[in-house]
Amino acid sequence: MASKNSKSNAPMSEAEMLASYRVMKTIREFEWRMIKEFEAGNIPGFIHSYDGQEAIATGVCRNLTDSDFIGSTHRGHGHCIAKGCAVPDMMKEIMARSTGLCNGKGGSMHIADFSKGMLGANAIVGGAPPLCVGAALTAKSKNTGAVSVSFTGDGASNQGTVFESMNLAVVLQLPAIFVYENNGYGEATSAAYAVGSKDIAGRAAAFGMPAVKVDGADFFAVHAVAKEAVDRGRNGGGPTAIEASITRFGGHFVGDPQLYRVDGEVETYREELNCLKNFIDRVCTEKWLTLKSLKIIDSEILKLLDAAVIGALAAPHPKPEDLFENVYKSY
Amino acid sequence: MPIKTIREVIGETLSAEMRRDHDVFLMGEDVAGGAGCSGEDDAFGGAFGTYKGMVGEFGRGRVIDTPISESAFIGAAGGAAATGMRPVVDLMFVDFIGVCFDQIFNQMAKFRYMFGGKSEAPVVILAMVGAGLRAGAQHSQMLHPMLTAVPGLKVVMPSNAYDTKGLLTSAIRDNDPVIVLLHKLLFEASCEVPDEDYQIPFGEAAFTRQGNDVTIVALSSMVHKANAVADKLAAQGIAADVIDPRTTSPLDEEAILESVEVSGRLVVVDEANERCSLAADISSLVADRGFSSLRSGIKKVTAPHTPVPFAPVLEDQYIPSEADIEAAVMAVLKP
Ligand SMILES: Cc1ncc(C[n+]2csc(CCOP(=O)(O)OP(=O)(O)O)c2C)c(N)n1
Ligand SMILES: [Mg+2]
Repeated sequence: MASKNSKSNAPMSEAEMLASYRVMKTIREFEWRMIKEFEAGNIPGFIHSYDGQEAIATGVCRNLTDSDFIGSTHRGHGHCIAKGCAVPDMMKEIMARSTGLCNGKGGSMHIADFSKGMLGANAIVGGAPPLCVGAALTAKSKNTGAVSVSFTGDGASNQGTVFESMNLAVVLQLPAIFVYENNGYGEATSAAYAVGSKDIAGRAAAFGMPAVKVDGADFFAVHAVAKEAVDRGRNGGGPTAIEASITRFGGHFVGDPQLYRVDGEVETYREELNCLKNFIDRVCTEKWLTLKSLKIIDSEILKLLDAAVIGALAAPHPKPEDLFENVYKSY
Repeated sequence: MPIKTIREVIGETLSAEMRRDHDVFLMGEDVAGGAGCSGEDDAFGGAFGTYKGMVGEFGRGRVIDTPISESAFIGAAGGAAATGMRPVVDLMFVDFIGVCFDQIFNQMAKFRYMFGGKSEAPVVILAMVGAGLRAGAQHSQMLHPMLTAVPGLKVVMPSNAYDTKGLLTSAIRDNDPVIVLLHKLLFEASCEVPDEDYQIPFGEAAFTRQGNDVTIVALSSMVHKANAVADKLAAQGIAADVIDPRTTSPLDEEAILESVEVSGRLVVVDEANERCSLAADISSLVADRGFSSLRSGIKKVTAPHTPVPFAPVLEDQYIPSEADIEAAVMAVLKP
């Protein structure tokens, strides 16, 4: 990619930087809009917000194509957007409409789009890593050159399924990438308490794979380590683990009063660990991009979201007979 | 007598038992909350705030926040129980049992039998069941049929606060593994509950309505719907027995058979998926041992054989309704 750089010292092309910015900013604006729509009563159930972690999903997924796989978590909107799920169809799904990505059967915690290699958000903590190992096995068996990425929280990193998955991926030398998003919390419990060794990457390394730590608020850093992992996977080099550190910008779920955090903690982090702010500062200081080009993208995103909300609110609800559809292919 | 909600009596009962018996302790994800955090120590008190205040009274040694590692901490409860403790563990949503089921059905539930009666596992597992919160396919299941099918495990499904207190007290004092399934939609359901402690024995059904024309057996939140239907029908001169088994293992078979002996008509209401449900189990019991009393076919009212859908319109259709129950009652009453 370096050869295509329009600016001498930029780590990627101008087009790639603009595209990455668009993804990150879409995720943030999407999540902010979700909160509004949730509070307006337009979203059933509950939602978990990904805002603040945009650089991780984006930095990883900008290295992937539709043939690569990702598995996600209960906090999955950002992963979906970064992997290319259509925002209007996600919106319809989250608003439980029959034209949503999963026909309104899934909801926020179960958005999937297999045509994009998005194997599903997952409401079972630690549910996705074994599935991602399976997708990596498919890639290896069929020799497609694809890689498979599981996104896993710090809390989820303590699940047995996760440890077993890492070992299996090492034993079978699969193109699997274990991305740990250490946002400091699993619900109301800190990672510093629940991760005994306090070192998720270190634990992964002990399974016998390269494991790196990266600043989750730095898109360029995440993109670079992810590129290395993806290249390794594509070239038969086996699995990699990445621990990206960040903080949770909001509550565990939208509406969580976060009593377990002292006043001001979130606000401070929102300033200091703001990946979008970091990105804009960097690209403007280095003169890789102009603020004007970013502002154009901003306004396009707002239009996209307005239209998505209007479209979703007008979309049909599932019909009674839909209840019985798709339990089996045939029965 | 004071009025209390199910949410209130869970914390109250657990606390009383922990004061009474020092071997009883509580463990699970965020049963206190705030472990290692900058803010409040008692931040969650369980997913629904059921255990608020307990870490303050008992400390983190007896109100233990765990990592998200169900196999380990549910299994550890079995191991601790087999070696002298009396753990109460919170699984949060029953759906998470998928992660740790081996430790329940292959381990703790089999100790006593497999080891020739020389070991026991006095564990209580608390879990939330049921649809209705728009929580989707992995957070809305019942799963009591699967659990009831495990020999060695006891299954408790209270429908009101009074029963919850008495049954939970029994569960904690019981020397076998007991899983207590609490319906999410019932946490704020309230009724009169005495302050002093009392036990409700397992395998003793409650008759929440009495009448000779038809027997309705209902579980958990379905009891309230069955009661509403019974009240409506009473106004039309149809008198129904509504039986809440309260525990599905052991099951009060005699109460059901005796009621059907009088009424000759049975409707079983169960929020579980139809196949292998408790409705199917109870229907087979009556067909087997109460056939001669039956004056009409048995009707089951259950969820369909589908996962729980997310969309509210579909979820409402999925959950058995009062109209479904009433239609079933009318069907068995047809001459
Ligand atoms: C098997 C299982 N156990 C527990 C839960 C409840 N739960 C949902 S999210 C969550 C915290 C997850 O923390 P982490 O992995 O750090 O992800 P984050 O919420 O920070 O994105 C818990 C305990 C669950 N959904 N599934
Ligand atoms: Mg986390």
